[in-house]
Amino acid sequence: MAKTCEAGRRGEKVRSDCFVSLELRDSGGIEIRLKSKVVVMYGESIKRLCMDVLKTLWVENALVTLEDQGALPFTISARLETTVKRCLPDNDKKYLPEMLKHSMYKTQRERFRRSRLYLPGNEPKFMINAGIHKPDAIILDLEDSVAPAEKDAARVLVRNALRQVDFYGAERMVRINQLPAGLKDLENIIPHNVHVVLIPKCESSKQVKQIDKRIKEILNKNNIKESVFLMPIIESGLGVIKAYEIASSSDNIIALAIGLEDYTADIGTERTKEGRESFFARSQVVNAARAAGAQPIDTVFSDVTDMDGLKKSVNEAKSLGFEGKGCIHPRQIKVIHDAFAPAEREIEKAKRIVSAFEKAEKEGLGVVSLGSKMIDPPVVKRALRTVKLAAEMGILDKNWRDEYVQ
Amino acid sequence: MSSEEYKLKKNVLGRMVPTIINGKPAVPFQGVGKYRPTGCKAAPPISTCVDYPPYGNKVLPDLKTALIKAGIKDGMTISTHHHLRNGDLVANQIFDACAEIGVKDLIWFPSASFPCQEPIIKHLNKGVVHHIEGSMNGPLGRYASRGKMRGMGVLRSHGGRYQAVQDGDVHIDIAVIAAPTADPFGNANGLTGPSACGLIGFALADSQYADRVIVVTDNLIDFPCIPWQIQGNYVDFVVKMDKIGDPEKIVSGTTQITKSPDRLLIAELTARFIKEAKIMKNGFSFQAGAGGTSLAFVTFLEGYMREEGIKARFVRGGSTKYLVQLLEEGLTDYILDGQTFDLDGVRSMRENPNHVNTSPFTSYNFHGKGNFASMVDTVVLGATEVDVNFNANVVTHSDGLLLHGIGGWQNCLFSKCTILSIPSFRDRIPVIVDEVTTLCGPGELIDVIVTERGIAINPRRKDLLVAVSGSDLPLKTIEELKDEVENICGGKPAKPKLSDRVIAAIKWVDGTVIDCVRQVM
Repeated sequence: MAKTCEAGRRGEKVRSDCFVSLELRDSGGIEIRLKSKVVVMYGESIKRLCMDVLKTLWVENALVTLEDQGALPFTISARLETTVKRCLPDNDKKYLPEMLKHSMYKTQRERFRRSRLYLPGNEPKFMINAGIHKPDAIILDLEDSVAPAEKDAARVLVRNALRQVDFYGAERMVRINQLPAGLKDLENIIPHNVHVVLIPKCESSKQVKQIDKRIKEILNKNNIKESVFLMPIIESGLGVIKAYEIASSSDNIIALAIGLEDYTADIGTERTKEGRESFFARSQVVNAARAAGAQPIDTVFSDVTDMDGLKKSVNEAKSLGFEGKGCIHPRQIKVIHDAFAPAEREIEKAKRIVSAFEKAEKEGLGVVSLGSKMIDPPVVKRALRTVKLAAEMGILDKNWRDEYVQ
Repeated sequence: MSSEEYKLKKNVLGRMVPTIINGKPAVPFQGVGKYRPTGCKAAPPISTCVDYPPYGNKVLPDLKTALIKAGIKDGMTISTHHHLRNGDLVANQIFDACAEIGVKDLIWFPSASFPCQEPIIKHLNKGVVHHIEGSMNGPLGRYASRGKMRGMGVLRSHGGRYQAVQDGDVHIDIAVIAAPTADPFGNANGLTGPSACGLIGFALADSQYADRVIVVTDNLIDFPCIPWQIQGNYVDFVVKMDKIGDPEKIVSGTTQITKSPDRLLIAELTARFIKEAKIMKNGFSFQAGAGGTSLAFVTFLEGYMREEGIKARFVRGGSTKYLVQLLEEGLTDYILDGQTFDLDGVRSMRENPNHVNTSPFTSYNFHGKGNFASMVDTVVLGATEVDVNFNANVVTHSDGLLLHGIGGWQNCLFSKCTILSIPSFRDRIPVIVDEVTTLCGPGELIDVIVTERGIAINPRRKDLLVAVSGSDLPLKTIEELKDEVENICGGKPAKPKLSDRVIAAIKWVDGTVIDCVRQVM
């Protein structure tokens, strides 16, 4: 029996990843052949990790050949585990790296979701520093950015990243595959503090319910109290037509997003910069989301070099009613946040409304009025959101109330 | 060479350093500003004009003839400059000629070496060259690290090189100065010609102090060569060559700003720090290198300068198109330039009187009556490692291999605010560590560490801590940064296994020995 399986990537250009080849043997114990650019600093520690992984996975006799380009431990153990699973598909053992303290923070239903940074699920080098660019959310993507033959590797890598990589407070999202593969994704990732699951190419409330149910089962099995939120992505004509049904299909839905690459293909057209072809779909998604009490989130802007184009695109999204935008490069984050920042005029107006509202509350008045005008509750709600956003972005002093004179 | 031959002694930083280097006594580092040699500066022998051609034609047919006429002998010190960078075609030919002549045990004293000089290894192997006193980049560093060089390497900063020549630690027997343009009298500059590199200021000390000076050019013009960055009055012989350099490798056509989002973030944080700390104000000055992160830093700072209507009095090169842009758009009055890194830099230096050439004498020399480096408001530098005491390393990697030179780095530490802008780890290699592998710069001179994961200010700089206290900069302590990096990389890195044998000494700007590099097992 000399079964050999491989995982990971090798080559001069590969960074923060490694290539592992595992040859199962009948006897002789574990032999590790290591070639690493950090062999002086971490050679021994890498070998210890490999022994530990194999022991946990009940592999006793094998030759491990590891070509390491500076992969972090969560990646090395993921790659090695993948080779074991590829050699022994029935092996259901897992090597779970320690759940680090910085991976345990929670999210809230109500929070800003202006930017969400996509991270290809099988590419460790982009994960490590994603959080330092301060996106509102990161998305570990198991779907389109992962080649079909690497789905198994990505599941293990994403699981390990969820346990070990510090995303510095960004909301932790995972985009699963379309069903049924998506259900298998859930098994692997849900127990590891996922905040939001993105449901791609969503076309019915049934899909949402199926996923929601599966997640609850996994959470119960693992004794986890927190719920996992959902963000369906509308990417087809049918999805657009059923947008409200989808948006209102579960309490856990916190946002509804649109994905225009697939949508435009589905309706038989091409994506243009002007975006006239998707105007209906985007407005439909905004309306459906609002009607269901979810945040409407716009598609990604895919030209990473065109910052002016991105700014225009965000301004347009904002004017249509969207609250967030996807991004595929960290440099897009600041542009998106700046464009979603409320204008000075909006902030001034919001401050007046919020003060009037708080004054009315203090005086026990049921009606908020500003001058001779009555202010409706939704207007107050929007003003509160504007003031909060402005304060969090540092364009409004958090203690503005102290100095505010009406 | 055994360790008894160089008598190790502990210096004030606790580093064991040789007190004898290649047979000559050396002084251990005593602290910043503590060491003051006395006596007179070194001087070349008296020369007399009557011994030189009366009509000023010093041209000889080739390099070999010039070396023989210059009196080349076993054990001599031959110097070169590095303005032709990785495109230099002269250094290798010098030692090829020396091999033909049959001399041995030479000491090569370059202002820096580059990977293109890898062929020197063959002359080290054959005994033509005994050892190198200068930076050893890439292949030469690897060679020395493996213990293959017979003598001990000596690494000095650009200013330290001038210092060593002036205090007599290094006596240059023959200086060979590659000159992009020269006249038959020996006047030379780097501004024009097919191998134009902007300026050749690193050859200044060599021209003034060497016993014999040979100018080598591929662009010999009629007297006078204006401006004379090197004066013919110091020059013995002039040699015309077909080609002294490979233009594409001397300067880059376009210097590239980094595209890495993490490095851009470091550059942006650096510029923001300078703005928030109010270092950026009218009439200020700064220096930044030519690495991708430094270039990006300049563009971020330029943005803030424009927003706030602020103008610098001078910026220090290495110049690139980004500095030239500042000059041409009125955001700085002057560029005081030590070397030009791209074609825009060369053009600007040639055409713009406010783009001024400088040398290690004006900028960095320890034995000058002051120098420019300490007058710069802020400098942005790199490092391979920084430790929790803010000591930094620029010559070795964490695996112990000697791979870089010091350049002007040590000299620039004297700026009013020294910032190291570095990633907190590279791949899996922590850059913020407990103790640097090689100590090139003492922490007392290093004020701020800017990484992608936060900014650490040296606690000695209470003024800077106060200046940025109200800002929203991501301030952390250096220990916090180090812990964070160790958590990411999977614990403390193991130390390399090093032999007892010292393969290179690291000099401080004053000529004392601050640390040494050991052979890698």
